[in-house]
Amino acid sequence: MPHDRSERIILLNSFVQPQRVLVLGGGSEIALEIVKQLASPSLQEVILAGPNPESLGRAAASLDSSSRALITCRDFDAADTDSHDGFFAELFKEPLDVVILAFGVLGEQEAFESDPRSAVRVAKINYLGGLSAGLLVADHMMEQGYGRIVVLSSVAGLRARRSNFVYGSTKAGLDVFAQGLADATSGTGVLVHVVRPGFVRTRMTEHLSDKPLATDPSRVAADTVRGMKRGAHTIYSPPAVKYLMGALRVVPRSVFRRLPD
Amino acid sequence: MMPARPTPQLLTGWGATSATLASVVRPTSDTAVMEHVATSPGQCVARGLGRSYGDAAQLAGGTVLDMTSLQAFSLDTDSGVLRCQAGASLDAIIRACVPRGWFVPVTPGTRFVTIGGAIAADVHGKNHHGAGSFGQHVHRMQLVTADGQSRWLTDSDQAFWATVGGMGQTGVITAAEVQMIPVRSGSVVVDTRSYRELDDLAAAMIRADADYDYTVAWVDATSRSLRSVLTLGNHHDQDGPLEFPRRMMTVPRWTPRVVNGASARVFNELWYRKAPKRRDGQIMPLHSFFHPLDGVADWNRLYGRSGFLQYQFVVPESAFDVLPMVLHQLRGIGAASAMTVLKRFGPGNRAPLSFPMAGWTLTVDVSVTTPGLSRALSQLDSVVLAAGGRHYLAKDSRMAAEVLAAGYPEFGTWDKLRAELDPEGRFRSDLFRRLSRET
Repeated sequence: MPHDRSERIILLNSFVQPQRVLVLGGGSEIALEIVKQLASPSLQEVILAGPNPESLGRAAASLDSSSRALITCRDFDAADTDSHDGFFAELFKEPLDVVILAFGVLGEQEAFESDPRSAVRVAKINYLGGLSAGLLVADHMMEQGYGRIVVLSSVAGLRARRSNFVYGSTKAGLDVFAQGLADATSGTGVLVHVVRPGFVRTRMTEHLSDKPLATDPSRVAADTVRGMKRGAHTIYSPPAVKYLMGALRVVPRSVFRRLPD
Repeated sequence: MMPARPTPQLLTGWGATSATLASVVRPTSDTAVMEHVATSPGQCVARGLGRSYGDAAQLAGGTVLDMTSLQAFSLDTDSGVLRCQAGASLDAIIRACVPRGWFVPVTPGTRFVTIGGAIAADVHGKNHHGAGSFGQHVHRMQLVTADGQSRWLTDSDQAFWATVGGMGQTGVITAAEVQMIPVRSGSVVVDTRSYRELDDLAAAMIRADADYDYTVAWVDATSRSLRSVLTLGNHHDQDGPLEFPRRMMTVPRWTPRVVNGASARVFNELWYRKAPKRRDGQIMPLHSFFHPLDGVADWNRLYGRSGFLQYQFVVPESAFDVLPMVLHQLRGIGAASAMTVLKRFGPGNRAPLSFPMAGWTLTVDVSVTTPGLSRALSQLDSVVLAAGGRHYLAKDSRMAAEVLAAGYPEFGTWDKLRAELDPEGRFRSDLFRRLSRET
């Protein structure tokens, strides 16, 4: 069907399989797994955005080469929130079906404490970057009348832990923001999915030892895709993490503090 | 008259998937439709009662014209010609016309569809083998085109056949004249047969089509042998009253998912057992024969919030083997269908996007959350296409763009006609956006 460019439209099908996807934090293993699991013959374009071209290039190569989708890489700095307006305006010239907010830095708690400026940098990326991107993406999606925003949060944001509370606090801020964004977009055709994985074995965590209910990116992605189909606002992965965290949240502070990592 | 104020509304099809927000306008006259098309910028699409399963009558970020206020109709009781506005429902028409001796020429499995929708999807019914599809019974129709003008089209116009089955992409149908069929009563004489094997059913269907106006088979897709119940009907030729159920059951909005693998198996088991091996001459009211599911309003909610889809395709007569293959494949991934329907079509018509063609059409309801369903259906799409078949757009919510063009060889011709009628692409639905692709 001949169409001018502005009319090349693109929509989610009933399996929530997109035609055009944007990954913010294009190197994220979890996000790439989600893209793979959302892929179908309908998939047209995957845009990987991030600050590091090499990491994006590797990510692009790892996406299934059998897919006919066009994979493009874009420079994106989550912390440079002034640039976001123009960045999203450009990308939303054509509708985006799914946007995955996957950027985030784990960092090291000790380093944060000895160099508070590094903690602020991470907060800028994880929280302020998410806030800015989330609001802009939601706005564009409401205008197009539909869309899915997947926000990768973390159970680390649910209760402060001595060993990672700087990271946890950034995720807590992002999580509350995303929950509110889900309410703000209710009834507009835009759905916000907040994904709260437990401990996921990825490059980001490879220096850490396994935690209870440790999982891997493909299982987080499978839980996420299932949640997207159900229209779930909050997605735990593995699902049992929900109950573990529920229990941990009522553990008295004096005990919680002494729990092994 | 005051133009109706547009209201933002989240819309889905009957399958309750892929909700998108549109600005909904309810025109109350033909001229309001013309005015809207002439003066409002942006794209729009007409919507009737929302019984297409997928995204055929919604438009993300655009305008949806809710046609259900245009519901007037009148019947010439001598000739049986029905003059109606496009938003008139088959339900209202059947209730008013059957007592006067006239029935709709074609009815799908639900009477909650509008005339405009019936033409746009070129719906078919249990009498397709003899009567063809809905568009073949339309004398003429009024179409508001992209220029904001309205014109009457007859079956000698190319635009008429581009609009029949055209899913609202050629303009907005505002009125039509439909040839009704005479009936003596509000009931149907039904013969029922049960079969343990699918091949026996096929042979029986081929034999029965000559003797019965209406034939359709229900298949137990959860059974290994694919047992089935064939119902055969003719209008009852003795005078009798028209009955309708006084009260409809309804399914509340927040009903959790009821249809799953286990309940589907139970339902199929009961349905099969309830049917006699062979029964002749049962007198059934119209509604229980034609629209059994209409007895429960909003039954689509039984599939839960995530929704479901209906997979419907047709393959040529010689490709019957595709049917058991499809059913076994779906059973293999646990896609337990509670309602699987098989019908033998007669020849298709001139409309390039009309779905029916001589052969077998199978309809399967499945929850979209069934694991592996997407991949399985994509594979089955290829099987259907390879057999020379195609898929029904009014049911689609998931196929890839290539499947549409491959199944409808005249798609290119249709699209050229569409572009002539609507050069700027004013009329568009989410369905066609999804199935559009730059070449």
